Amino acid sequence: MDLLLDAKDVSKVFGGLTAVNKVDFNIPARTIVSLIGPNGAGKTTFFNLMTGIYAPTTGTVLFNGQPLIGLKPHEVTQRGIARTFQNIRLFSNMTALENVLVGQHSRLKTGLFGAITRSPKVKQEEQMARDKGLELLELCGLKGKDEEFAKNLSYGDQRRLEIARALGTNPSLLLLDEPTAGMNPNETARLTRLVQTLRDERGLTVLLIEHDMKVVMEISDRVTVLSFGRKIAEGLPEEIKTNSEVIEAYLGKAYAQTATEKAKES
Amino acid sequence: MSVTAPTPTTGSNPAPPPRSRERIPQERNKVLVFGGMALAGFAFPFLIQAFLKGTDYISVISTANSIFVYILLALGLNIVVGYAGLLDLGYAAFFAIGAYTMAFLTSASSPLAGTPFHTNFWIALPISFLMAALFGVLLGAPTLGLKGDYLAIVTLGFGEIVPITFNNLTQLTGGDSGLSNLDQPPFPLVEFSPTNPIPWYTLSLIVVIFSIWMVRRLIDSRIGRAWQALREDEIAASAMGLDLVKTKLLAFGMGASFAGFAGAIYAGSINTANPSQFRFDVSIIVLAMVILGGMGNLWGVIVGALVIQLLDRLLIPSLLDTVGGAGQDIIKTNGKGDFFGQLLINISSSQTRLLIFGLLLVSMMLLRPEGLFPNSRRRMELHDGDENGSQRRLNKLQKWLTDTGIWTFRATDEKDLQPQLGLTDDPLEQAERSHNINYNPSVNESSDPDDDKDKR
Repeated sequence: MDLLLDAKDVSKVFGGLTAVNKVDFNIPARTIVSLIGPNGAGKTTFFNLMTGIYAPTTGTVLFNGQPLIGLKPHEVTQRGIARTFQNIRLFSNMTALENVLVGQHSRLKTGLFGAITRSPKVKQEEQMARDKGLELLELCGLKGKDEEFAKNLSYGDQRRLEIARALGTNPSLLLLDEPTAGMNPNETARLTRLVQTLRDERGLTVLLIEHDMKVVMEISDRVTVLSFGRKIAEGLPEEIKTNSEVIEAYLGKAYAQTATEKAKES
Repeated sequence: MSVTAPTPTTGSNPAPPPRSRERIPQERNKVLVFGGMALAGFAFPFLIQAFLKGTDYISVISTANSIFVYILLALGLNIVVGYAGLLDLGYAAFFAIGAYTMAFLTSASSPLAGTPFHTNFWIALPISFLMAALFGVLLGAPTLGLKGDYLAIVTLGFGEIVPITFNNLTQLTGGDSGLSNLDQPPFPLVEFSPTNPIPWYTLSLIVVIFSIWMVRRLIDSRIGRAWQALREDEIAASAMGLDLVKTKLLAFGMGASFAGFAGAIYAGSINTANPSQFRFDVSIIVLAMVILGGMGNLWGVIVGALVIQLLDRLLIPSLLDTVGGAGQDIIKTNGKGDFFGQLLINISSSQTRLLIFGLLLVSMMLLRPEGLFPNSRRRMELHDGDENGSQRRLNKLQKWLTDTGIWTFRATDEKDLQPQLGLTDDPLEQAERSHNINYNPSVNESSDPDDDKDKR
């Protein structure tokens, strides 16, 4: 299987804390891979390593066969990785459409001179960007909200707008950091369908950090589990469900033993 | 290992959804209003000339000219502070650089006078503009990692360094007395001169109109959106593919180039450039214009510049004259030792204008931090809640005064303060709170890496 992202032996040390410890990790193209683990396991740190916000202490990350290490966040985005944020980071005082247009920034060419002269070419580019922005908003279930300020959108809409904005960068790999956090079951179901659509119809590869196990088990092709910065398990959702180390990490040793015994009995 | 990345496309281009909304007629109205204002602007000096006999009209038109120069400054600072969100307290430095470049190239007292490098106004104008833009970028470069207060302090320092340098480079800039006797711009049929302000007025007006047109286009473009995204959230902006370095330097350079233009025209029209014209209070007054008008709103900023210049040049001087006159009268009747009379005379000193601006700025921040004219779309949304908003801020001010012990309000006012302390039933405030806090119930990881990044 083609690997879109291939991380080898990645570590990140903050002072005395090893947030990510020698993790090997890869994402095959056109799949949904979930990254799970208890709070503080290093999931978001791992995300930040992928997107250039942090530089890893050791290790290599290849994206499409090209090294990602040392690139600035905007260069990572230009190569086709887009992300959303765990704590929503929209441009609050800009409209929904403008947010998506900023997402398209690196795919547009208009410079200072072009912006002032507004040649037909620039106008055409702008129109295409707007059309694409509206289309992405519609895809993410935000039709008709393009003129709303991001800060005035409901919580669920803000989460979806983050995805629309990330899609604006025209990514091949989309990193979603807890996209369903704070959503009600209804909204969660809609979002799950959206992520599936992105993979099936748009050929996107998705890396998901998620706490809602129902979502993880439903849509993931593969699941990787981090605990205290280490990768403790990796595999198909069914395998992860019954993995004793994973159960231990989440629920404690005693529970893990009884769970394994139960599994053996049945 | 080469992988053909799936290139997601936008899908088979669906028919573009109709762009509804009453945008187009609104735009047309705006253009009409703008055109009308521009026409009135061009006709203004001739009307004044017809109504005011003698030399009075000259001072009125020179005042109008300097108002335009300040509008230009406010437009430029608005790009840096209002759109890109970079607090610049040394904006007068670029104004000075523009003015001194112009004076250095065209003044009769400049060391270049008599050499082949002595140029005329029209050549010096773009050079001044480029010099200011260059220094804008030069100042921007070392401050790239700085935000908010730290950036403000560095720019403050730059704003002090530049006029002092000009003051001390006596050989080049004439020191305290500056450079004077600038070549007036040669122009067919029209004679520019320091005593005939109409051509200068017209030139400034044209530059202002051109600048407004330019800013409007810039803001509603890829570049303008990038600036606003930078202001809203740097980390998200860079994650969306914005080159922060480029975007910031462009904002600094653009903002500074406006000041360069303004400086060049200002020096030419008053026929001199000297260090005292570019002190710290110029930076602050321009900043006050931007804040008073409403940061990030083009028209608001222009109104802010107009209001403050009118206050500064007409209202406050006449007010202070009246106060001073009253003081003189009291002293005449009560004798020289009268405390109240002396006090009034002291108040009427020209320095009081800074006190008035300071008070204006402080009360503006407390009562209406979004400016006189916040972004029009935002105002529409706040429309019916606006009164509540002002009331809330008034309560805040009262609470602050009470807390700090400056002033105690009567018991009846205590009741008004109640909503401030606990939950509010004002829907606007509720909305503001819930959206600003970004409440996310699942965030309880011990270290939030995004916050870490902020501190770096």
